[in-house]
Amino acid sequence: MRIVEPHSAEETAEILRAANEDGASVIPRGGGTKSDWGNPPRRTDILLSTANLNRVIEHAWADLTVTVEAGCTIAELQRTLAHHGQRLAVDPLWPEKATVGGVLSTNDTGTLRLRYGGLRDLVIGVTLALADGTLARSGGKVVKNVAGYDLSKLVTGAFGTLGVITSATFRLHPLPKHTHTVTAAVPDLAAMQLLLSKILDAQLVPAAIQVRAGAGAPQIDVLFEGTEEGIYAQVDRLREMTPLTDTDAEVFRRLDAGAKISVLPARIAETLEALDGYAVVEATGLGWVQSHHLSQMREKIEAMGGSLVLMRPYNSLDAWGATAGGDALPLMRAIKRRFDPRGILNPGVFVGGI
Amino acid sequence: MSFLDELRDILGPNGLISSPEETRTYECDGLTNFRVMPLAVVLPTSTEQVQAVIRLCHRDRIPFVARGSGTGLSGGALPVNNGIVISLARMNRILEVDLANHRIVVEPGVINLNVTARVAPSNYFYAPDPSSQSVCSIGGNVAENAGGAHCLKYGFTTTHVLALEVVLPDGTLAHFGSKTLDAPGYDLAGVFVGSEGTLGVATKITLRIMKRPECVQTLLAAFNTTNEAGAAVSGIIAAGMLPAAMEMMDNLAIQAAEAAVHANYPNCGGLLLVEMDGPVAEVDTLIAQVSAICRENGSTEIRVAQTEEERAVVWKGRKAAFASVGRISPNYIVQDGVIPRTALPKILDEIERLGKASGLRVANVFHAGDGNLHPLVMYDRRIEGQEHAAEKLSERILELCIEMGGSITGEHGVGEEKKHMMGKMFAEPDLATMQKLRCAFDPLALANPTKVFPTPRLCGETPGEYVPHPLEVAGIAERF
Repeated sequence: MRIVEPHSAEETAEILRAANEDGASVIPRGGGTKSDWGNPPRRTDILLSTANLNRVIEHAWADLTVTVEAGCTIAELQRTLAHHGQRLAVDPLWPEKATVGGVLSTNDTGTLRLRYGGLRDLVIGVTLALADGTLARSGGKVVKNVAGYDLSKLVTGAFGTLGVITSATFRLHPLPKHTHTVTAAVPDLAAMQLLLSKILDAQLVPAAIQVRAGAGAPQIDVLFEGTEEGIYAQVDRLREMTPLTDTDAEVFRRLDAGAKISVLPARIAETLEALDGYAVVEATGLGWVQSHHLSQMREKIEAMGGSLVLMRPYNSLDAWGATAGGDALPLMRAIKRRFDPRGILNPGVFVGGI
Repeated sequence: MSFLDELRDILGPNGLISSPEETRTYECDGLTNFRVMPLAVVLPTSTEQVQAVIRLCHRDRIPFVARGSGTGLSGGALPVNNGIVISLARMNRILEVDLANHRIVVEPGVINLNVTARVAPSNYFYAPDPSSQSVCSIGGNVAENAGGAHCLKYGFTTTHVLALEVVLPDGTLAHFGSKTLDAPGYDLAGVFVGSEGTLGVATKITLRIMKRPECVQTLLAAFNTTNEAGAAVSGIIAAGMLPAAMEMMDNLAIQAAEAAVHANYPNCGGLLLVEMDGPVAEVDTLIAQVSAICRENGSTEIRVAQTEEERAVVWKGRKAAFASVGRISPNYIVQDGVIPRTALPKILDEIERLGKASGLRVANVFHAGDGNLHPLVMYDRRIEGQEHAAEKLSERILELCIEMGGSITGEHGVGEEKKHMMGKMFAEPDLATMQKLRCAFDPLALANPTKVFPTPRLCGETPGEYVPHPLEVAGIAERF
């Protein structure tokens, strides 16, 4: 295995072109924090590190956008953006090490998704190095843009199987002036679901809501952001629904768990019944689960139309699920063949052996 | 049996239109300067019928163009030569309302505003609100990734589409996305939305609906110049606020709106409309801040609309802005370009200069928060050379958008109208990469084949898994 650390998008494309000619497999790597996610690659000939692609290219703060190279860490990016009171509204795992490219490729968003959407909603342009050495741009630097196909979305969550992201442009949000976190303890999962539905049906605009479940009574954490007046009014409204304790944003610290689940928000309680470990599930229905019975849990979740994706190997289970991709899998394979006909990019890591 | 007979077999006598008198209705969409007569128009009522029609097209290599309400402004639903039009207008049922999960499942022919109408009794709404929302269809919104005044805060159609049932260009059915987020696999719903009918036909669409904000207030501020109004917008952004909408109109656009719908706007050089929504306490605070910022930047008059009725009046002039220009000019071109918001003063100066140089007036309406411009280039067709000059000017404005780091379209799409501009906005490798995607979906180029891209291309052989040559298998030759 060879490690390469290109200094530019052009050099990245050149490495891919050469690897493609040799039929050598390329494993793109950012901070290396999520190497366990997805299935293990079939071959690892070249490890392509984005460590040297770490510049914030342009923070157009007055336009609320930033263009940043793929290897820049999330924390470094956020520090730069904070100089102008802005942020990329995501809260991925291990921000000090995780990179822009890695977070995009693995689609790792956190609890802020409820209010600000996912990475797919925040990324407005990418530059991609393709297997054949093409360097291609999609989207642009403006928030609103419908010219051409939105390849930024195609590569978000594609685990580097279609090309290597060398830089990306995002829309930004202002850092909140004020924040406040409250926690409600509820006796059981049924009560949790009832309260959660009430909160979501009220005209509150929390930035994040999560359910913590495991041993003991479940808890619901709610994060408010905005003006002091708005926050107080909303906390008061929430207090009319349930007793609350003031807590800290620390409760939203991301959980490093064995699997990511996605279920419908109204079926969170049902999903967590008989949970043997612990789980954090957001109001969006996305959650992180630690359990010794992931197979059974996957079966149950898939029967409800959701998904369970492994974040570290578990009993030789496929990371994505045996039927992942469904009737769109042939099309996904066709896309892979068009972008990477020789299958050199992260081979075998993605759904259906892609 | 002829192709048309086979179509009639699938759709029944009422589902097929083939006489020229009747197909003429479909010869163009909202962009009327391009016209093509379709071979036939089909009006399917089910996914199965759409599939059967497309299978037939695939067998006989007949291109097809999907059409919703035909309100598109870039010629996306313009028929193609020797092709058929698939109108989804009769597939207009709302299939499922799931309030508990904030989801609604609709057929493509459902009118945008009807989605909100269906869930409004429970105080929910569907966020994307293109100005044509009372007539445009969800299927068309999906094809064009429709925006609207409120996408500054709530995002575009793509943000609100969770899942799609799609008939692919070979007639197979595929499901993209899921009612739950982050379904494993490529984000095909993400690339399909905004693909302008070139990747297949959506037959079922799962949308996100949202709870109505507790309170909405709309502030109207008059300025002497658009530059002052623009400075106020910058001030609002710099103060860390994200309004639900931020719209600007210049004096000509105001005059047009007054002539058409009597919106009672102040007669000024630049009008700014800022909408805030959320909890009452929050909105009250923010509107006060916005007022202060507008005053600091020279606003001569500020009004705040608080009731539903007051807001409707304030919005009426803005929503009718395109049509209103017909009151002050016999002909006009509606343009749609995007610039980084901060380049606004610069491009407005340029537009004014270019307008003067070509002897044409340009009214400007824009989504000021996200830099999406809608210059309305006015001309009189009866005056020789004016139409041509207007087209030239309109195109020059798009080139300026590209030069300033923006885009040739923010929400109307590329379609037929702007495909020749794609090569100016993107480099050849960018376009070639987009073609890879198109070829994966539609190797025979049957779905709206002549749109979006400047030159038609062939996809060539599907690069597949390695297939050994028979001579290799026989051990007669080998590859190196």
